[in-house]
Amino acid sequence: MKFALASSPHQRVNRDTGQIMRMVCYAALPGIAMQCWFFGMGVLVHLLIASATAVATEALILELRKKDFERAVKDCSALLTALLIAVSIPPFAPWWITVIGTVFAIGVVKQLYGGLGFNLFNPAMAAYVMLLVSFPVQMTAWLPPQSLAEQSHNLMDAISIIFSGFTTEGYSISQLRVDVDGVTLATPLDAVKTGLTQGKTVSETLGLSIFNGATGIGWFAVNAAFLLGGLFLLQQRVISWHMPISMLAGLALTASFFYLLDSDQYSSPWFHLFSGGAMLGAFFIVTDPVSGSTTRNGRLIFGAAIGIWVYIIRQWGGYPDAIAFAVLIMNMAVPLIDYYTQPRTYGHRSNSSNKGARR
Amino acid sequence: MAITPLSVEDIFDRLKRGKRWDFPGGVHPAEHKTLSNQSEIARVKLADKLYIPLKQHIGVEGELQVSVGQKVLKGQPLTHSAHPFAVPVHASTSGTVVDIAPQVAAHPSGLSELSVVIEPDGIDQWIDLKPLSNYQEMDKAQVVEAICDAGISGLGGAGFPSHIKAQPGKNVEFLVINGVECEPYITSDDRLMREHAWQIRQGIDVLVHLLAPRHVIIAVEDNKPEALDALSVACRDASNYLVCDVATKYPAGGEKQLVQVLTGREVPGQGLPIDVGVIMYNVGTCFAIADAIFSGKPLVERVVTLTGGALNKPHNVWAPLGTPVEHLLSVAEYQPGKQASPRVIMGGPMMGFTVTDARVPVVKITNCLLVPSVDEVRNDNAEQPCIRCSACADACPASLLPQQLYWHSKAAELDKAQDYNLFDCIECGACAYVCPSEIPLVQYYRQAKADIRNQRDEKDKAERAKRRFEARKARLEAEQQAREEKHRKAAEARKQAMQNKDTDKSARVSDAIARAKAKKQQTENVTEPVAETQPKNAAVAAAIARAKAKRAAQTDAEKKPEATVQPSPAHNHESDNDDAESAAQRKQRQIAAAVARAKAKKQQGQDVNKTTPAQHKSDEAGNNEQQSEQDIQRQAESKQQRIAAAVARAKAKKANRQQAQNTSDSDDVTEEKNSQS
Repeated sequence: MKFALASSPHQRVNRDTGQIMRMVCYAALPGIAMQCWFFGMGVLVHLLIASATAVATEALILELRKKDFERAVKDCSALLTALLIAVSIPPFAPWWITVIGTVFAIGVVKQLYGGLGFNLFNPAMAAYVMLLVSFPVQMTAWLPPQSLAEQSHNLMDAISIIFSGFTTEGYSISQLRVDVDGVTLATPLDAVKTGLTQGKTVSETLGLSIFNGATGIGWFAVNAAFLLGGLFLLQQRVISWHMPISMLAGLALTASFFYLLDSDQYSSPWFHLFSGGAMLGAFFIVTDPVSGSTTRNGRLIFGAAIGIWVYIIRQWGGYPDAIAFAVLIMNMAVPLIDYYTQPRTYGHRSNSSNKGARR
Repeated sequence: MAITPLSVEDIFDRLKRGKRWDFPGGVHPAEHKTLSNQSEIARVKLADKLYIPLKQHIGVEGELQVSVGQKVLKGQPLTHSAHPFAVPVHASTSGTVVDIAPQVAAHPSGLSELSVVIEPDGIDQWIDLKPLSNYQEMDKAQVVEAICDAGISGLGGAGFPSHIKAQPGKNVEFLVINGVECEPYITSDDRLMREHAWQIRQGIDVLVHLLAPRHVIIAVEDNKPEALDALSVACRDASNYLVCDVATKYPAGGEKQLVQVLTGREVPGQGLPIDVGVIMYNVGTCFAIADAIFSGKPLVERVVTLTGGALNKPHNVWAPLGTPVEHLLSVAEYQPGKQASPRVIMGGPMMGFTVTDARVPVVKITNCLLVPSVDEVRNDNAEQPCIRCSACADACPASLLPQQLYWHSKAAELDKAQDYNLFDCIECGACAYVCPSEIPLVQYYRQAKADIRNQRDEKDKAERAKRRFEARKARLEAEQQAREEKHRKAAEARKQAMQNKDTDKSARVSDAIARAKAKKQQTENVTEPVAETQPKNAAVAAAIARAKAKRAAQTDAEKKPEATVQPSPAHNHESDNDDAESAAQRKQRQIAAAVARAKAKKQQGQDVNKTTPAQHKSDEAGNNEQQSEQDIQRQAESKQQRIAAAVARAKAKKANRQQAQNTSDSDDVTEEKNSQS
């Protein structure tokens, strides 16, 4: 009898890379739904564009690299990148923004570095930063929540404005951004920043129509939905708690410190946690395993540092939100963090396992 | 919390209160234990042939004690050795040795090992058993020897010879009896503990007698409540025995992990449990020790779990050592149809290895044969890129960074892999178990470890060769020096001896020199007076003529250097050259002599003083002489027509000679030098 040979272990968990990626995608669904509800259907259109572009780019480059692209596409990592890009850019941004961003993310940031597992930077965030720097107008044209906007819009409007620049009724994006009083509405983070430069206190700014007491209308719900998805991922052990919790803690503690120092000048930690891409970042972006730290303590440091960077850039930087920048900055620090946070091996005394006794 | 400062009693109290430590990482694979632990350990009928490898433990094999054709009884030792790391193997049943040859081994490599093949006679007759029931009154060494002679090596998996651990030479604080059995599927220890708790207790008693530990901890995973109960009952009366349940988590049964869970201590990187005061024995080993001491039975059978989805009748059996896998498969009703391709795993699903052949025998460390159905095993060759998720690092019980080890092992950066403590990996497989990219991490580590060991061996070999070479070089150099020293001493001795004689010898030499000088002086004195004391110059002229004639003759005779044939007091060998002259030369000389006589007659009364110095000079160089000759000849020609013919002849000769002048001159000098030297 001829026996098949294999190396131990012969048993394994029933969860492969593709499943993990898909679960992350599913967990993002509540957040996407909230975005649709408050900011229109644009995000779905972008999601389709980004997904198609991502899969096509991945397949093309893997074909050029003479790799098995079918298997690589099945791992859904490109889809996840596409999803993160789609939810990050303004819902009514032109279609080519998404295409350029996705091609850049998959082609340059991921595949040029060697494909899945080899990229130093988070592809979606690198693409986001590239787009933000290259096309600042389109990338900051966020719509106000539909309840506040003068013009309502539906899926057809979304498709139309993304591909032609105008809704079916001929409104442009800037027309959609004004409220019933004809005032262009900014995002909450933007509004607070602008308010501060105009000498208003934070609480004065929070009195604007786009706010709902402490946080922005719509934005709170979107963040809460992403938080929900994140908790699902934690519960399913798809992600470990280290990075999201430390990131949120880093952001909240820094914000609390300055808020307690001067609540007129600095927004509340609550505002920071539920504005912009905080929750999306914490549970879906920071947790990208490839470009993040790999040691237990390293993940805590990595997450916390991102939280602090987010606060610094939001508060004193030139951009309203900062998840992408903070993530890229810390991506660069990962090798250093990993090197200095190696765990103490069983039976070894010192933490620096590098200097551990060799046989 | 490297090493907790808790005292032994504190630790024991803590355990009594039900508190345990935890080890980092670990996984919770599906247990599948109920598949095989529902029925009692069964006796199986003997296989047609038993293949008993000579080496079934860590260490060295013993010497064969049997030969082909020999009848053996059950329990009869097949090998024997005085080596401390050797334990014997025994005939598992009575029968005939039909072959002693390399047989496929119970090893992942599938290599062959020297094995004794026994054909059972069906009688299963024991040899005379010699129990040591009164072991407590006996010398410990004798008990240890009995354990060794019973062929007992660790039945938990590593196969470390048990008698070596039984004489630790250090203070034993905790004797840990390992009944954790953390691998999925395996239930052999579980069934053994349930059914034979009392005998295990007896084995523990023997070990306590040998090791005198402060406390005994019997650790069983909490997924085996029946085993826990049975052991608790068996150990109820012993106050320093504690039966501990351990949280079910793989690999809690790993030696290092269990030490950590029970005592909070960590076995040092390259150390043994005894370094932290712990000695660990498997429950199966305790059972075997009890067998050896109280029944005198050597280790000839063990409990093997036959399990897996491809077996119709999964259960535990008492398998005589050497029973081939195929026999046990038929016992458990193997269903090949339930497997994609035949695959039998010896050991559990986490650390077991696939057997290469159906004839692979059950050996002392074989605790399980897992025959999984197609949906129970991982898909091979499904390796995908690492996404750096670090699930492996979270699962690693040794707090290693499996991902870094993987990168460096894959890239063959062995130094770096060692920097990440590759050799602290216990190959438990937790990392590969959780890996979502299905990377066979452990296989990479094994490969890297093997490469490093090979390199180390190569290096050792090279080092040994170098040392050998250098030793040889040093030896040769020493010999050479000794030789030279000897020669030098001999030379010195000779010199010394010679110096003693030297004084008279040098005196003799100087005497000889003085004599030679005096002689020379004499000859010179003789010649000069001759020239000067011939008032009428006839003799001088004759000499000149002789010289001339001689030179002429020499020139004719192929430029024979004239100087050598010149009659000169400095040339003692002149006569030799004269002898060598040919008859023709002599004739010519006669002619010349005639000419000279004529000349001499004519020159009578003339002052011939200057010819004498010319004659002298001619001894040294030909040119001057030639001039003087020309003078003489000119005089002779002008005055004597009668001898014109002779003169003409002489002239012709001279012309000849002048042509060869240059060459013969230089030849002269060299020849002279040569002759002088």
